[in-house]
Amino acid sequence: MSAPAIAVSPVPFAQTRHARKKQRAERVARCFFGAMAGAMVIPLLLIVGYVVIKGAPAMSWEFFTANPRRGGAAGGIWPALVGTLYLIAISLCVSAPVGVLAAVYLNEYAKDNWFTRIVNLAVVNLAGVPSIVHGLFGLGAFVYAMHFGKSVLSAALTLSIMTLPVIIASTKEALAAVPLSFREACWNVGATRWQTIRRIVLPNSISGILTGVILQVSRAAGETAPVMLTGVATFKAIEGSGLFLYNPFSEQCMALSMHLFYIRTQASGVKEELSFAIAATLLGVVLLVNVTAILFRLFLRSHKKW
Amino acid sequence: MAAPRKIEAEDLRLSYGAREVLHGISFHIEANEIFGIIGPAQSGKTSLLRCLNRTIEFTPGATTSGAIRVDGHDVRRLKNVYELRRRIGMVAPLPVGLPLSIYDNVAFAPRCAGLTSRSELDGLVEQCLRQAALWDEVKDRLDSLGTKLSGGQQQRLTIARALSHQPEILCLDEFSIAIDPVTTMRIEDVLKELRRSVTIILVTNLTQQARRLADRTMFLWNGEIIELSTNEVIFSDQPKDRRTYEYVNGIFG
Amino acid sequence: MAAERAMELLIKLCGFSAIVFVFGIFFFVLREGLPMLPRLTPGNFLFNFEWDPSASGSPKFGVGALLIGSVSVTVLAMVIAVPFGLGAAVFVSEFCGRKTKEILKIVIELLAAIPSVVWGFIGMSVLGPVITTVFHVPLGSNMFNGAVLLALMSVPIIVSIGEDSLKAVPDSYREAALALGATRWQTVYRVLLPAAKNGLLAAVLLGVGRAVGETMAVLMATGHSARIPHSIFDPVQTLTATIAAELGEARQGSDHYQVLFVIGVLLFAITFVVNLTADLVVKGIKRKSP
Repeated sequence: MSAPAIAVSPVPFAQTRHARKKQRAERVARCFFGAMAGAMVIPLLLIVGYVVIKGAPAMSWEFFTANPRRGGAAGGIWPALVGTLYLIAISLCVSAPVGVLAAVYLNEYAKDNWFTRIVNLAVVNLAGVPSIVHGLFGLGAFVYAMHFGKSVLSAALTLSIMTLPVIIASTKEALAAVPLSFREACWNVGATRWQTIRRIVLPNSISGILTGVILQVSRAAGETAPVMLTGVATFKAIEGSGLFLYNPFSEQCMALSMHLFYIRTQASGVKEELSFAIAATLLGVVLLVNVTAILFRLFLRSHKKW
Repeated sequence: MAAPRKIEAEDLRLSYGAREVLHGISFHIEANEIFGIIGPAQSGKTSLLRCLNRTIEFTPGATTSGAIRVDGHDVRRLKNVYELRRRIGMVAPLPVGLPLSIYDNVAFAPRCAGLTSRSELDGLVEQCLRQAALWDEVKDRLDSLGTKLSGGQQQRLTIARALSHQPEILCLDEFSIAIDPVTTMRIEDVLKELRRSVTIILVTNLTQQARRLADRTMFLWNGEIIELSTNEVIFSDQPKDRRTYEYVNGIFG
Repeated sequence: MAAERAMELLIKLCGFSAIVFVFGIFFFVLREGLPMLPRLTPGNFLFNFEWDPSASGSPKFGVGALLIGSVSVTVLAMVIAVPFGLGAAVFVSEFCGRKTKEILKIVIELLAAIPSVVWGFIGMSVLGPVITTVFHVPLGSNMFNGAVLLALMSVPIIVSIGEDSLKAVPDSYREAALALGATRWQTVYRVLLPAAKNGLLAAVLLGVGRAVGETMAVLMATGHSARIPHSIFDPVQTLTATIAAELGEARQGSDHYQVLFVIGVLLFAITFVVNLTADLVVKGIKRKSP
């Protein structure tokens, strides 16, 4: 007769060899999976560190505030910073309201029919479109078909279409987090759908909505492909100051992302530390915005109203 | 011609998709009476109330037929459904404090209806909170969050909210579930006062409560009216239907 | 009441806009490439491996090499990303303490936020030199470089969706397994992974979608050469990078210009199918879960 599969120890609950083997396997597994996770963290830290360290020498006040020289191969990045800001601001003016209202429609008004299912499908697919295809769309639709030409406006609108689906998705999530019982309580006292949304649903989801919008801001700041075809130039100095530095309908602007691409792949005679400095700046902007959004989210979690 | 009954239902049917939950019921409710509705769970009591103020429309797949009339007008044909809902106060079984201050909770409905005068709102808020037996407990912290109150307090807040738009009809759906007996008694006293100006529909699982308060009571079971009589009859030893006796005395339900 | 109606109309319009934009993208991209479409057969377009659009005389529009470029760099990226991504998802979901979990999730989110042009820069300036020294190859910008970057870019999606689907497996499964004496690892291997396999598949598909659609990083780091690669250290050229690199030079309305738009349509179709599949797989789980 064969031995039992599980060794039975003479002393109850003592560590059998089998049990010890299992514990070792458990520890190995934990280390193995931990290493997998660590394999992501460590490169991130190393890379960010390396880029920052190599770029630090070039990051002076002049770097941030002066115009580029030699066609962009040297000098400062001020116009790129300003251009990126403009692109984000204009694109937000379209994508934020349209995105939030579209999400309000999907979560508060839409009935469960085939039309709603198509809209939801459209949002999901819009989110998966490659960034270069967005650039092609911007070129075909805004630059040529609508005759906006290669301009700040075309580039900004292309960015807004790109960020729209994710704003819709995250807004929907924020709206859905507001319990149905609140809405029912409002309907019971005679409030209209819009009054309910305006007075209870939106104010109590605005924080989640803002987090989603902020995250898309960082994405818009970093994208190159949608804007390189539609309105961002490789070199355009800015003189003077004030709010309206560009005519968005006719002028192009620089952008931080495009500038990095140009410096690294096309400009010649560029000092290595300059390109690292630009990369570090872009990285810094993006990470700063994201960290703000994350902190905001943590802050909200501790201040829940229900 | 006699004045129309306050509330009248005629062959009212309600279905959720393919499942019928109200099987063509007809009844009427007089003005200024307290009308009790008793019956086991899932009998259609809450659904009936939601047909009355048309919040049934928010449930996808719900279809109604037949008529349900308030002051002679079929509610389903009314153009301004919001005005209808303001004429009917609804207190749901689960307490809901809106994520606003206590003051704003009670002022919510009047503000939606257009009332903005601060002094008028102050008076209204105090009156409603007193009627809901909540004023004394919260009068010093009217700007604290409504969602942070205890369950029983939130339920009274819901009642205050229901009263804030001065309804002619007040529907209470198992209002005392989350409230202690003493406070329940206080609210029952208020209801007895209110009936002078308001028609009250009291849906309750506590048959004793219906016995105490109502003038007439309807026993609803599985979407059908088993019996509708005055309290003397329904709660007596000889109600019209044997099943009423069994339910009231706890033999089933 | 009128204001309410107006608001409702505005809201409905915005909801409708999402459909308009998806169809709009397809429409406008197709429109610019349409004249060229009848002249492109599977023979001279998809399975033709010569891409030489600016050759005077007889320009060649064979995207075969470009397709292979996109596919090879994506596949290699997934070979790297899937084990690490799923492994990290398992770690975050099953083995890790609450504090570590918060930190890891934040790190993953930040990893996902790095712009693709920065990744391309890292590929060229950091990874490239490392590859040439460690592997003794002449060129640092190649398929391997691009694949490593794509892997780092797709891992966050795989981890977050993978973790969601592991979380969706009911705790009762875990408790039952532990009660039978299984270790955590055995529970993961025999119970959880099979139970969550739909969601994990969706996670991988979405990672693939991300990798296929990536432009700047591969443009900068894969060497950009439209030839069929013979080793993972050869340069390749992807569909996305081709459009980005050549559209600036192509004259509006020319054959070259139109073919680039057709490539855009092709990309749209590929990512559409991948994302649709992933979405259906995810919906499949949501319907099945109790």
